[in-house]
Amino acid sequence: MNYGVLGGLQSVIARDLRLSMRRRGDVLNHLVFYVIVVTLFPLGVGAEPNLLRAMAPGILWVAALLAAMLSLQRLFASDYADGTLEQMLISAHPLGVIVVGKMAAHWIVSGLPLTLLAPVLGLQFDLPQQALAALVLSLAIGTPVLSLIGSVGAALTLGVRGGGVLLALLVLPLYVPVLIFGAGGVAEAMSGMSAAPHLSLLGAFLAISCVVAPWATCAALRVAYD
Amino acid sequence: MLLEARDLACERGDLRLFSGLEFALGEGELLLVQGPNGSGKTSLLRLAAGLSRPAAGAIRWRGEDIRELGEDYARELLFIGHSNAVKEEFSAEENLAVALELAGRRPSAAQRAGALERIGLAARARLPARYLSQGQKRRVALARLCLAADVPLWILDEPFAALDARALAMVTELVDAHLARGGAAILTTHQEVAIAARTRFAITLGG
Repeated sequence: MNYGVLGGLQSVIARDLRLSMRRRGDVLNHLVFYVIVVTLFPLGVGAEPNLLRAMAPGILWVAALLAAMLSLQRLFASDYADGTLEQMLISAHPLGVIVVGKMAAHWIVSGLPLTLLAPVLGLQFDLPQQALAALVLSLAIGTPVLSLIGSVGAALTLGVRGGGVLLALLVLPLYVPVLIFGAGGVAEAMSGMSAAPHLSLLGAFLAISCVVAPWATCAALRVAYD
Repeated sequence: MLLEARDLACERGDLRLFSGLEFALGEGELLLVQGPNGSGKTSLLRLAAGLSRPAAGAIRWRGEDIRELGEDYARELLFIGHSNAVKEEFSAEENLAVALELAGRRPSAAQRAGALERIGLAARARLPARYLSQGQKRRVALARLCLAADVPLWILDEPFAALDARALAMVTELVDAHLARGGAAILTTHQEVAIAARTRFAITLGG
């Protein structure tokens, strides 16, 4: 019995989430990484409230980029190694549906926890309340972009020796706009202005990558097997 | 005619594995692909499954190019490759369910349990696959065959690798039944198999 596109999407997301639950260590690793990197800055820079406050948006966002990078390699690598990806390429569901499902599951286990964790870490930098709100909002809009763009890189570096470094070189430059407008929005909110323009631009990036990234990922995966 | 290949050529890097290959596979027919290691058996099967693109020529399914059919072809195809597509973290039961869902099927839990029992994994169905032996992992992958009665084309790459005599007989029986129903199958193997296909023909690659 066949079932529709939504059923396929749902089953891919459910499968990836269940798999992440079995590999809880992997998921926790990059969250702990995020917490530690962010915490190192106040320790290194010293208790200088004004300096810390000024640096906070950048630090919280750069650490989020790095944590997202760390989790990217897992996205397709294990499915590639054990042959599941092969079955996905000749699945009854369109490859695009499977790819979108995997991206969504990746965001739920990487981007979403980062977003929820960030305001707590923001307290270490004495961020005012309106900046914390902007931080959560910008991460909520920005981290899906990281998962979307990142999956293109993960698909392109499949099976390549030293793929991890290559992945970083490929993906980090593409993360720059997200970093600029994400951190910029938080900085604006901190200085008492509206974060809305920055968040709107982040939203635009999200919209563009929603259209382009799944398509590019599918093409890269097909190339990896051709 | 179900599956037809015309003037097929395959290249791996600069190496030309085969060219000018032709075959036509009808209902109830078995194509046995033979040849020494590295002669392009797996490459041919991957071409037939639509996983890779031929260097020249085309493969048609019921008269249409498989590259254009996409998922419509995938729905009529069951491909079991070299790798088992078995996740170590999942149990045999879960692995089977995931594989079937990818194939767009949702048989009941009872049907899945029946398939695992038939393939001889009933006692290990709930154990994470990392505790299974190579042969047992292969059986998990092959359990799909028990629930694929209505899939017309089976493409199996070395299905008997790592299997013991009883499992080998079991899988042979499944392929037999499939061919008797009017299905078609392509397989590679280094073992002598007793499959009673109505029409059985072999391609020998290399040499």
